Amino acid sequence: MKKKMIKRITGIAAIAMSAAIFAGCSTAKTTSQGNDQTGSTVKIGVNMELSGAAAGYGNQMKQGIQMATKEINSKGGVNVNGKKKKIKLIIKDNKTSTSTSASVAAQLANNDKVNAIIGTATTNAGTAAIPNETKAKVPALSPSATDPNFTLQKNGKAQPYVFRACYQNNFQGGTAAKFMTNNLKAKRVAILGDNSTDYGTGLAKSFKKQFTGKVVDTQYFSAGDKDFNAILTSFKNKKVDAIYAPGYYSEIGLIIKQARQIGMNVPIVGSDGMADAKLVQIAGAKNASNIYYTTPFSKTVAEKNPTAVKFMKAYKARYHADAPTFSALAYDSTYMIKQAIESQKSANSVKITKGLTQIKNFDGVTGKITIDSHHDASKPIAVEHLNNGKVVGSTQIK
Amino acid sequence: MTTVFQQLINGLSLGSIYALLALGYTMVYGIIKLINFAHGDIYMLGAFWGYYTINFWHFNFIFALLSAMVVCAAAGVVIEYFAYRPLRHAPRITALITAIGVSYFLENGMSYLYGADTRNFPQVIKQVNYDLWGVRVSNIQILILVTACLLMVLLQLIIKKTKMGRAMRAVSVDPDAAELVGININRTISFTFALGSSMAGAAGVLIGLYYNSIDPLMGMTPGIKAFVAAVVGGIGSVPGASLGGFLIGLLETAVQSLGFSAYKDAAVYLVLIIILLVLPAGIFGKNVKEKV
Repeated sequence: MKKKMIKRITGIAAIAMSAAIFAGCSTAKTTSQGNDQTGSTVKIGVNMELSGAAAGYGNQMKQGIQMATKEINSKGGVNVNGKKKKIKLIIKDNKTSTSTSASVAAQLANNDKVNAIIGTATTNAGTAAIPNETKAKVPALSPSATDPNFTLQKNGKAQPYVFRACYQNNFQGGTAAKFMTNNLKAKRVAILGDNSTDYGTGLAKSFKKQFTGKVVDTQYFSAGDKDFNAILTSFKNKKVDAIYAPGYYSEIGLIIKQARQIGMNVPIVGSDGMADAKLVQIAGAKNASNIYYTTPFSKTVAEKNPTAVKFMKAYKARYHADAPTFSALAYDSTYMIKQAIESQKSANSVKITKGLTQIKNFDGVTGKITIDSHHDASKPIAVEHLNNGKVVGSTQIK
Repeated sequence: MTTVFQQLINGLSLGSIYALLALGYTMVYGIIKLINFAHGDIYMLGAFWGYYTINFWHFNFIFALLSAMVVCAAAGVVIEYFAYRPLRHAPRITALITAIGVSYFLENGMSYLYGADTRNFPQVIKQVNYDLWGVRVSNIQILILVTACLLMVLLQLIIKKTKMGRAMRAVSVDPDAAELVGININRTISFTFALGSSMAGAAGVLIGLYYNSIDPLMGMTPGIKAFVAAVVGGIGSVPGASLGGFLIGLLETAVQSLGFSAYKDAAVYLVLIIILLVLPAGIFGKNVKEKV
């Protein structure tokens, strides 16, 4: 009896599943012209890492997106060809998994019929989502996927429906290399990169390629590692002038702390993944001296930028903390989509894509953004300098 | 030469944490033949408990450490009662899968309740560095090493000298016979979980203080490595787990100092494979033939 039941249930499940698959097919066919805006809202899907390894970044981005949306809606919404339409966010968690990210993209584009997607935080998850976004002709704007190839097809042309709001690695790694040669006069450099993300390995590689001095040693760690004493002790033994450490604040903070504790006071240079108030909390204010990082969004630069000042105040009022880079990038992403809709006078997903390619000198929190032919965001870059846990200066690098 | 000694210190402080964690694995396995994959997450709970009590109740370090041990012991007993006890007579694989489920539950539950962000652990003890012939040792490294060794000795005493310890050993040899001579099996198993979990709780607070960074997923990798340490030392053997922990810590440090940092986890798992092939019972493990 029991066995029969189970058989019946599996049978029903199989039928239901195949029905779901076919349903997926039929909806995919009807979207040949992209998703039109319907009703009184513009639907923006958020394909984000809200749990799993990159959840820390994903949740910060969610905050940035929600804040921007609330601001836009409180002013009546997005101006679609003369009519104000409110933004409706459909937020889905991709669990920092490539397969979930692909299915989240399909759900957003085919079932929820969103007009644009913001996401993902990481390059890996973002790349997995590209085929579904392209098939549905819905643009995806990633606030933080930095791999140079993320927005490119195999033939070197831009992916038609994929954009990013951040730098790509070659630019940021090259800037760090120039800064270390010209400003720090470092000749012997060790690289300590995060190899669990394309971000860390990509930056390490591009830095190595563009640095003119000697790279004494290249070592890798993975996200979640806590002990760097062994690597740092061997760096100390090799008498390096400086360390280049591309990665995120959670590990770089520990690297700074442990380097200073074993008596290594050389400059540590990193990337925009470090630009977070948590870095100093983890490293300890006293240890966070002689620290540099390349960043689009810096407190000192932001003080001169009215858009950023407004953003930082609003963020602090809402979340009672200093705004992290990821929230700023996600906030900009939301406004870039708004601009694309308003310039095209339509919220059809194909039109938004066209609008995104035409963004020029967009006045964002993270600087003046122009989308180039590779769908990369080009914007000014600065190197921030930390001393005793405080930002004491920033250098513009050309 | 000083570099070698420096790396030795690095390896020992890392190893003492693995050793504390490995003890929990080995005791639970010894008594109910269950690999408790949720053990690494108990360690995370200990770290979070330390974080909250020090930040909000202004506990000092000793008090935070002891209270974390008590709370984690309670957590271990509760997990055993609800998740493993109903499965005591089920096939072993069922309990194993349940353990993985409990592990996910704790990790994601904590992420949901407190956010997945990394937090900085309050530095209740000011770090002081000592320079000994060019080798740098911090007071926190010494504290970790001493606390870990003290706890291991204490544990050994409990197992060897107390009545409860004798009961634990009896149950691990033959639960049915132990029950026949009047040992309360349920209470003994609960006690084992409490002991193992309290070690993990202590490790959590120590690690928080040492690295100054905790997050809900912090127990994952150390948990697996401590499991390897327990297998290397001979799963079921308490001195074996301590030795295994130190060996794994030293191995990881050695691999990194030789410049293969990207492969440090791989090296640990390679050792697991080799041990399982060459010396399946581990260093201190006894080869017991199972009668079928």
